[in-house]
Amino acid sequence: MSFFFEVLIGGLLSGVMYSLVALGFVLVYKASGVFNFAQGALVFFAALTFVGFQESGLPFWVALPATLGVMIVLAIVIERVVLRPLVNQPQITLFMATIGLSFFIEGMAQMMWGANVRGLELGLQDEPIAWISASTGMNISKFDLAAAGVAAVLVAVLAVFFNRTRIGRALRAVADDHQAALAVGIPLQQIWAIVWGVAGAVALVAGLLWGARNGVQYALTFVALKALPVLILGGFESVPGAIVGGLIIGASEKLAEVYLGPYVGGGIEGWFPYVLALVFLLVRPEGLFGEKIIRRI
Amino acid sequence: MFYREAGQFKPSYAADAAIFPIFQDRIGMAVILALAFVVVPFTATPYLFSAILIPFLILSLATLGLNILTGYAGQLSLGTAAFMAVGAFASYNFMLRVPGMPILLAFAGGGVMAALVGILFGLPSLRIRGFYLAVATLAAQFFILWFLTKVGWITNYSSSGVITAQKMVILGYEFNTPAAKYLLVLSIVALMALAAKNMARGNVGRSWMAVRDMDVAAEVIGIRLMRAKLLAFAVSSFYCGVAGALFAYAYLGTVEPEAYNLDLSFRILFMVIIGGVGTVLGSFLGSAFITLLPVVLSVTVRFLDSSLGLHIPESVISNLELMVFGGLIIFFLIVEPHGLARLWQIGKEKLRLWPFPH
Repeated sequence: MSFFFEVLIGGLLSGVMYSLVALGFVLVYKASGVFNFAQGALVFFAALTFVGFQESGLPFWVALPATLGVMIVLAIVIERVVLRPLVNQPQITLFMATIGLSFFIEGMAQMMWGANVRGLELGLQDEPIAWISASTGMNISKFDLAAAGVAAVLVAVLAVFFNRTRIGRALRAVADDHQAALAVGIPLQQIWAIVWGVAGAVALVAGLLWGARNGVQYALTFVALKALPVLILGGFESVPGAIVGGLIIGASEKLAEVYLGPYVGGGIEGWFPYVLALVFLLVRPEGLFGEKIIRRI
Repeated sequence: MFYREAGQFKPSYAADAAIFPIFQDRIGMAVILALAFVVVPFTATPYLFSAILIPFLILSLATLGLNILTGYAGQLSLGTAAFMAVGAFASYNFMLRVPGMPILLAFAGGGVMAALVGILFGLPSLRIRGFYLAVATLAAQFFILWFLTKVGWITNYSSSGVITAQKMVILGYEFNTPAAKYLLVLSIVALMALAAKNMARGNVGRSWMAVRDMDVAAEVIGIRLMRAKLLAFAVSSFYCGVAGALFAYAYLGTVEPEAYNLDLSFRILFMVIIGGVGTVLGSFLGSAFITLLPVVLSVTVRFLDSSLGLHIPESVISNLELMVFGGLIIFFLIVEPHGLARLWQIGKEKLRLWPFPH
């Protein structure tokens, strides 16, 4: 039984890591209706830039704001160059544009900082916490727990930002109705730049944690593929959905791999979340917390 | 001056609904087909055949398949390559396990298998819409590739999961030279493109477009949603399956499931968007564009490299290509969001007036 709980908790904690990536998707989708496929590339770019700054001799507390600055500049450039000319285009066109964007960012990141795999040290060891394994026999990684803590703080900050600040209210207004927001004098373009900036900041956090866990390498762009089932399970427009979806996907994926994997030859982590999300969507087509789809003629 | 429809009367409904209603279009099409079937086989080099023309035609077919689903029926799919894989591996098994199986029938069988799998993964489309569906089709992409890798029977227990395509023999003639393979692929693609064009103008195509434009309204006017959507998935997957089989038999020769990865799915989606959503012509233009772009890019970069004597390292070149590729896609989406097929529409308007400006 304790093995079950160990797998469950390990899964839940790794689900938090998926949520972090999914959060970036949700933010952009909520505010602009763009399914931002470049989020994975942003995660990669952020992690690579941070490591690049550290390698050039900057200490942690300088490299962090410097990378944040780079991400915000990138967000403003994306808004100017990609989003603004594509206003009012169908959603699929914007989606394709973000795929093009992800190619561009991946190429740019590797051109700037080189393509070799680097380690990223955050001062957190990926090792089991001694007293828990001593008292209950479960191995729970210190790193995962810290990542969950970071995610919780991030979500709390985002919640305050969205609900309590002027910009946050403007963001929600834009998300609700573009035209109405414009009509009451909310500058749409600025808001989009801010949203992409926030998504860039979330990508930075995700990139640091994922980079510290798996090394900063090209494979980091694939974490986006891990976040997609989380996204559809939780609902595209919902921050809590991203968290809950991440937990469900993480836990069930690990449990399936351990208890179901041996019967079918293993390696099911790649598709299991998708099939799970698919089956779930058959019951609730808009995900757990997505906006109810009402269709009229 | 030459491109005028004036005076071309259509005395019957059949003439009005023709695939190419304008006389000049028919001539143009005949010229293109004559060029492709007669001139190109005698003039092109083996490199041109096997590196550009054959993949271009095969990917056009796959693009056509996705265009039927996404462009005509409005169901976004990211699992195209997986359906191609089904077609390829099903054809392989038909050839392997049925003695004396004609190759064309094996291709068709691969297509039918892909269509069945397509219907299965199309079922969620009855409940799920838009990006939710797009992400859900990723389930097909990952699950099918995993399945093909894990089940040894499919790859005939080859240890590495790689299969070698059998010889293509039709009526005793073996298609083994690049030119012969090109002609075979071209014939299949031309026939299937004609069929697609035909479907698009008919009852089926119109019901798809109604579903695409607004499915609730389509249902209200009496289109059976389930039938239309599942038919779109089936036909689209059939096209993709045949394309996948050709990809294995006429282009790669030896394939592993990984050849049909998500990257290929995205490339085909690019071809649809860049070419023009919901046009048969666009499928070919988009495929030509995306197939040629990397070739042109690398030739250009290498030319600049050698002529300027810069000696850019290989890794920088590949990253530069990635950046230019992504940048060009964004650029094209911005300047022509309706795709390259729209450019032909604009050209047509201009041709009608030429040589007068108004």
